[in-house]
Amino acid sequence: MKQLIKHGYLSFVFVLLYLPILVLIAYSFNDAHFSLSWHGFTINWYHILFQDEDLWSALINSMLLGFGAASIASLFAFIVCVHLFLQSQTKSSNFLHSTLLMMIILPDIVLGISLLVFFNLAHIKLGFTSLFIAHITFCIPFAIIVIQSRISTLNVDTYHSAIDLGASKLRAMTHIILPMLWPAVLSAFLLCFTLSFDDVIISYFVSGPDFNILPLYIFSLVRMGVTPELNALCSITIGLSMLLVLGAHMLSKKETI
Amino acid sequence: MKNRSLALSAIYIWLFAFALIPIALTVAASFLSSSTSELITLPFTLSNYQSLFSPLLLHILLRSLGLALVTTFFCLALAYPFSYFMVKSKHQSLMLLFIIIPFWTSSLIRTYALIAILKFNGLLNTALLKLHIISSPITFLYTNFAVISGLVYTLFPFMVLPLFTNMERFDFRLIEAARDLGASRRQTFWRIFLPSTKPGILSGVMMVFLPAMTLFYIPQILGGARSILIGNLIQNQFLVAGDWPQGAATSIFLTFILLIFMVMYRKPWSKQS
Repeated sequence: MKQLIKHGYLSFVFVLLYLPILVLIAYSFNDAHFSLSWHGFTINWYHILFQDEDLWSALINSMLLGFGAASIASLFAFIVCVHLFLQSQTKSSNFLHSTLLMMIILPDIVLGISLLVFFNLAHIKLGFTSLFIAHITFCIPFAIIVIQSRISTLNVDTYHSAIDLGASKLRAMTHIILPMLWPAVLSAFLLCFTLSFDDVIISYFVSGPDFNILPLYIFSLVRMGVTPELNALCSITIGLSMLLVLGAHMLSKKETI
Repeated sequence: MKNRSLALSAIYIWLFAFALIPIALTVAASFLSSSTSELITLPFTLSNYQSLFSPLLLHILLRSLGLALVTTFFCLALAYPFSYFMVKSKHQSLMLLFIIIPFWTSSLIRTYALIAILKFNGLLNTALLKLHIISSPITFLYTNFAVISGLVYTLFPFMVLPLFTNMERFDFRLIEAARDLGASRRQTFWRIFLPSTKPGILSGVMMVFLPAMTLFYIPQILGGARSILIGNLIQNQFLVAGDWPQGAATSIFLTFILLIFMVMYRKPWSKQS
């Protein structure tokens, strides 16, 4: 009975999560432009999609932006967390904590308009640079949360014992801290990539006409109306995401064995 | 050691330059005026804040708060047992993977995917009609129900991930120990399990409630033209009306409201612990 409730509930939630996506994928193969009923199988929408050059450049821009911002944000977060972990409370960490707390409480839209005001006054042209700065900035708190929640479960004595037993600081770092932390760093990276890849709100304010990114491109499409090409685009994105996540998953399995 | 300090100061400078200064500039802008030639200009004025206290804005604000609260409640109610079952399951990592996958796809497209489910002749109405639960289709789309569904659907993983991370660390022997010592199931849950998952709940609630207030595109897509929330208002003031100081004032006001909310929310938690 207990097993039944458990499995029933888990499946229920997964069905809720996946049903809209599956319906969307089905419609991307539907041979009708406006109708929601089934008119036969077609891959026509994918053909049209692959000829859309704006889309390709937006996709590549988004990937670059997500990868760059996530790498730098998780590197920053890793350094900060390790530093706070090895050192006792200092004044600078208070500054850091209050700044991060403020950034988390601050709504996305407020950070977006603040950066817009800043870029405007600092004469930084809206485009790749402004997006890159903005994405790193809003990713940092999330990366720190992920790594911090992991590092707080570790015992700092492990590191100090390694030092006492004659390990160099570098060796203690690469052989003690890193093996324990790298899944958290990876998940911070993945979270940041997702946040960056998915962000509409902040990007909406700080992007320029020369550098289009996927979420804003999609937003403009959605506002113009629903098209089967959009369904096809979503299906491809999901396919790519699944490949990436599965890859990351296999990688993490390999490392832990 | 020296290198690490150097890297650390780079982060401080980064946060100072690209988070603190922009926010300070926005606060300053909210006290300034706009003119036809300049977006932000002197003189100093309080009029941006005075014009906030209109019945229309109050209505928009209360609506946004209400929708965000309901969204957070449903996310927590769905995600808490879900995370628990997930931690207890044998296929934990696989399930985590399937939580992360929709999270990786654009929330915009997922919002748009809900239209096919919620529309008048959509999947939900068809299913309910076939099951003879309703006799005629219900209007789901362009209602608060649609907006809340969209928000819960988009933000659900943000609630699951912190809860799961937290529950994964929970030592389940504590439950056995409590039961052996004569605690009832209810007592074990309220006195052992719930308190130890508080940090997870807190960060989950923060990660859901805050975006729920300002995800302006979800009400735009699922709520129709009439449902203006606080996020849409700020967006309009900045990019349509071009009144930056007024937009800045609205943003600062929103932040202030959220801050009050956070302080109220955090108090009962910190007292108990």
